[in-house]
Amino acid sequence: MLSTDTDILATAEAWREAGRGVALATVIETWGSAPRPVGSHLIIDEEGNFLGSVSGGCVEGAVIAEAADVIEDGQPRVLEFGVADETAWRVGLSCGGRIRVLVEPVA
Amino acid sequence: MKLDILREMNRERAARRAVILVTDTADGSQRLVREAEADTDPLASELSARFRSGKSGVVEVEGQSLFLTVQVPPPRLVVIGAVHISQALAPMAQATDLDVTIIDPRTAFATPERFPAVALLPLWPEDALAQLPPLDRYTAVAALTHDPKIDDPALVAALKAECFYVGALGSRKTHGRRVERLTAAGLSEQQIGRIAAPIGLDIGAVSPAEIAVSVLAQVIAALRQDRRRAPA
Repeated sequence: MLSTDTDILATAEAWREAGRGVALATVIETWGSAPRPVGSHLIIDEEGNFLGSVSGGCVEGAVIAEAADVIEDGQPRVLEFGVADETAWRVGLSCGGRIRVLVEPVA
Repeated sequence: MKLDILREMNRERAARRAVILVTDTADGSQRLVREAEADTDPLASELSARFRSGKSGVVEVEGQSLFLTVQVPPPRLVVIGAVHISQALAPMAQATDLDVTIIDPRTAFATPERFPAVALLPLWPEDALAQLPPLDRYTAVAALTHDPKIDDPALVAALKAECFYVGALGSRKTHGRRVERLTAAGLSEQQIGRIAAPIGLDIGAVSPAEIAVSVLAQVIAALRQDRRRAPA
């Protein structure tokens, strides 16, 4: 079964209730042909388990890595990915779009 | 996000009430606004527009960059009639993330054996709808029994609640008689004109499963109206 926003946010609550460190990533802006619309969610726990998506799989790895730091220090951050970004050679969107993602702790 | 805000968002979603989460992207601070509270909020006009469009996005207010997460109730499909078409339609609709409920007072039809893994209410529509969260703009209603005693009350309720899709099975002739009954029941021409009848996209569907595809495609077309390349 595909995970809907309902499942994703309910799972974030359940993970946190179970005492796991959890980060919530949300697409807050897109330019060009971005793979997932504004408002899309990805949740990540302290062990790197995740549910949902913020792109078609292109930048999830980088978001999950950043989420570990967010869970660790409790500070939210905004990440930007895309062809205009200097990280494009490492992590970018093959579709040519750009996205900004807010990664925040669930505390 | 604070856990109590997340809990509140999940509670509101389960109750099918729209909310907007306002996040300051600079420091991550957040607050939740219910639709009923939007009018008195400092961001009233922006929030009202967002509740109408259902679209999340960033707004710049007095030098602050705020992200508005608009959470509208998940789209739902209420099917009147535990019939053969519904048996094909229910799992297909669930696969597209619609929340499906089947209503049919005929207990020979509305059995868990015929409808595994779907919410099933073996009641008359008036009684069944009273047990569910109220019909709303995020709900589609498909009336598939062919029986005016069962279909009509559900159609009237769906049109009054401004459901985003209202469809009814039956030939043009059957629909002609339906229009007369609904007019007599006090519905306007405009309201009645919203009913998709004969139900389903015109793909020449023959079998129950094919008709289910044509109905589901029509529901999705109504749900995604603003993204379509050609107007309906």
